Amino acid sequence: MSRVRVAGVGLTEFGRAPERTGRELFAEASARALDDAGVDREAVSALHYGNFMGALGERQGHQAPLMAEAAGLRCPATRYELACASAGAAVRGAVQSVRGGEADVVVAGGMERMTNRTIEETTEALAIAADELFEVRAGVTFPGAYALMARSYFERFGGGPADLAHVAVKNHANAVPNEYAQYREEIAVDDALDAPTIADPLGLYDSCPVTDGASAVVLVSESYAEENDVDASVAVVGSGQGGDRLALQDRASPARTPATDDAAAEAFADAGCSREDVCAVEVHDCFTIAEVCALEGLGFYDPGEGIGAARRGETTADGGLPVNLSGGLKAKGHPVGATGGSQVAEMTRLLRGDHPNSDAVDGTVGLTHNAGGTVASAVVHLLEVVE
Amino acid sequence: MTWTDEEIRDDGFDDWLDAVAADEGYHLECPDGHASLPPRLVCPDCGATDLSEAPLADAGEVVTHTTVHVGTGAFDDQTPYVVAIAEFDGVRITGLVRGVDPDDVDVGAPVEVTVGENPATGDRVVVHRAR
Ligand SMILES: [Zn+2]
Repeated sequence: MSRVRVAGVGLTEFGRAPERTGRELFAEASARALDDAGVDREAVSALHYGNFMGALGERQGHQAPLMAEAAGLRCPATRYELACASAGAAVRGAVQSVRGGEADVVVAGGMERMTNRTIEETTEALAIAADELFEVRAGVTFPGAYALMARSYFERFGGGPADLAHVAVKNHANAVPNEYAQYREEIAVDDALDAPTIADPLGLYDSCPVTDGASAVVLVSESYAEENDVDASVAVVGSGQGGDRLALQDRASPARTPATDDAAAEAFADAGCSREDVCAVEVHDCFTIAEVCALEGLGFYDPGEGIGAARRGETTADGGLPVNLSGGLKAKGHPVGATGGSQVAEMTRLLRGDHPNSDAVDGTVGLTHNAGGTVASAVVHLLEVVE
Repeated sequence: MTWTDEEIRDDGFDDWLDAVAADEGYHLECPDGHASLPPRLVCPDCGATDLSEAPLADAGEVVTHTTVHVGTGAFDDQTPYVVAIAEFDGVRITGLVRGVDPDDVDVGAPVEVTVGENPATGDRVVVHRAR
């Protein structure tokens, strides 16, 4: 089985760009990725594209061929929808197609345009990732669902808003040098604790922003890279995906996210490496509590231990396991359908050494974790510097 | 042109709401005792297809809760409001919490499940009432 190389990555600047169409955003990200890869468009044999709410946000269905066209690709294109894990699933599909020998050069990524609608409309669109009958109709919002998880966590394991504030402070600090990040200003613990409550126990600074943006990565087979002299030092060495019951009420514990456990177990087994090998992690921190649940689900912390990781300085840029050096969804921004691709793009830059925070990376293996909804879906990838 | 002007029911779900409203709430149970909520043809735990109705426990307990300050859609104008997941003898149900001050909602608090109305839309909504 051939290893899959990351030949190039591309991102748009994340932030508020309400006038930019989805096709323009993805055209920019994919052009940057193809340019970074130095691979001809004609060589690309498929586009694996993630998008969540474009049917509501831009009234645009059938987006995949539109995005292939915007990227200048003439090839089969498929959209993946897995709520906030859409692009993670798209990358995984792309990886599998190269490994299976079906393709030598593919583009994966995603796009979300979110600020062209009112906050109410976008909030309502995001809520459809939850169970319509049993959650949305009962008043569950996206922040409300994570608040239910946070309360459950605090009750079971302890910890509180001050611990979560340290997660926000850390991720904002990491975003400062990142040219693609939405918020490039540091915040203090008190800023987070004094912010308005959105769904208690979560406040405004526990939440990721609403973001427009796109991501793209060019993946090639190892043989293609060798034969065509493609500079691709980072490989995707492991891939895993987990699933769970959609509604939070149907999980054994709202404080645990077993889909992440399953995705991580599969990815580590696939890569044949261990957690000790990992030197940097990008996790799905749509809310601060989500980073805590992710680190525990991934196996870096035992249940109940992840809550203090940022406060203790273990996951900061100078800690033993830097988490979300990109700024994470929290500060880099979360264009929902693009995020999974953005994580792989950022981890590639971090490992290659051309990310502004690459100095914090001490090793060769990085992990990305992309989650959908309240983690009814999770996708994990392991990336490694192989030459 | 529309297919119909009538409000379309959701089979199974609206029947379940009817039953809860009539104080005859139930959940589904497979031969192995796994509980779930309708509409469902297959037990999500084990795949069994012979599901029967079993009465919901009268009293439930709050498992987790939140006071939502930024609402959405049908709940825009109702903030702050309380949402809780409550457990009724192995079945967990998400609903609004009414009949108690938001500050007094605690994990473990006893509730009963009823059906209320969203005042903004007239839609039916699952409501946990403090016991
Ligand atoms: Zn069963």
